[in-house]
Amino acid sequence: MNKIAFTTSGKDFAAQMDPRFGRAANFLIYDIEHNSLQIMDNKEGRDASQGAGIQAAETVVRAGVDTLVTGHCGPKAFKVLDASGVAVYNCTAATVEEALAGLLAGTLQPASASDVEGHW
Amino acid sequence: MTVKGIKKAVRIAVASGKGGTGKTMVSLNLAAMFGRPVQLADCDVEEPNINLFLRCAQLEKSDVTMQIPEVDASRCTGCGACGEICQFHGIVSLGARALVFPELCHGCGGCMRTCPSGAITERPHSIGQVAVGQQGHVRLVEGRLEVGVSLVPPVIRAVREQLLDDMPAILDAPPGTSCPVVATLRESDYVLLVTDPTPFGLHDLKLAVATARQLDLPCAVIVNRAGEDQVGLYHYCRTEKLPVLLSLPDDRQIAEVTSRGDLIAHALPEYGLMFAELAEKLKLELRASGGLL
Repeated sequence: MNKIAFTTSGKDFAAQMDPRFGRAANFLIYDIEHNSLQIMDNKEGRDASQGAGIQAAETVVRAGVDTLVTGHCGPKAFKVLDASGVAVYNCTAATVEEALAGLLAGTLQPASASDVEGHW
Repeated sequence: MTVKGIKKAVRIAVASGKGGTGKTMVSLNLAAMFGRPVQLADCDVEEPNINLFLRCAQLEKSDVTMQIPEVDASRCTGCGACGEICQFHGIVSLGARALVFPELCHGCGGCMRTCPSGAITERPHSIGQVAVGQQGHVRLVEGRLEVGVSLVPPVIRAVREQLLDDMPAILDAPPGTSCPVVATLRESDYVLLVTDPTPFGLHDLKLAVATARQLDLPCAVIVNRAGEDQVGLYHYCRTEKLPVLLSLPDDRQIAEVTSRGDLIAHALPEYGLMFAELAEKLKLELRASGGLL
């Protein structure tokens, strides 16, 4: 685990988690090794008429992410993430901070499949 | 219309813009009173309903397929060229083996052509069915989109391909003015636009007229649920030189007969006469197009 992406409606650790992946507002990417933060706007995914999950998965994979923490992840996005070696964690944490704490404490389990249908 | 010197029978598209104006009702009743063998094409492939009224005893079905990519894992190098050319995320390759998402593929074949290692071939993928049936003098051609598929135009094109060239055809279009409607109107000779005298009906009629004119198609208007014209529908038709070929009143009996799955042309003689007159007016209108009737 080196680069973690969180889906969020805001721009920092205190921000709310966005339970959606494909149509999340932003991806907050935390680089553990360099202790740095990066915010990526998911405009393309939000505005896609179809294939938002795939689009979002491509965005985080290209950003070099190896771990994704989100609310829910659909089947197409999961297929792309899984094939690219990204571990997916579903969580119900309210904020990014909380989600990160859960991940580091080992209370979150990596998902072995998508947890919702497409267009949930 | 003339193709390679062979005269084809006319194709009349019934469109509207606004949904629920009575396209299918007009198409069915016009076909019933056409006075000679005619084809009726259900191009509303997302929810075909003509056969609920026609009730053909037998339907001959065939699959509509589209070519989608198939990746040979042993040859794929994960270079990503296929994913870069695909605008629909139908194929994705991020360093790993390319993944295909059939429901997003538009069947352009671009990925196969750009793959430098020849790892992509194509295979047919079913996106719908076309059914052909016969009821009296009406030959039905119905398109039906597979559930979960969003590519409507290829199924409509498959319906058009099943139409016989030597028999007139009435094409019942889907509502709206987007790609599915254009796919229905294209290669038609004449467009009947069904509307109602409501603000929404007139607004969408204007869009539909603009669409038909963009395609260089002559069009006429049929007013359904006609009553007090508070929106200036008839004034608009006069200004735009759109003939109003039929006005159907806002009559409860029409709704009752139609909701039973029957045709007003059969159940209510006065309307049968109106549709027979509509067929005659259309023949006069179409004489100009040079199509065979």
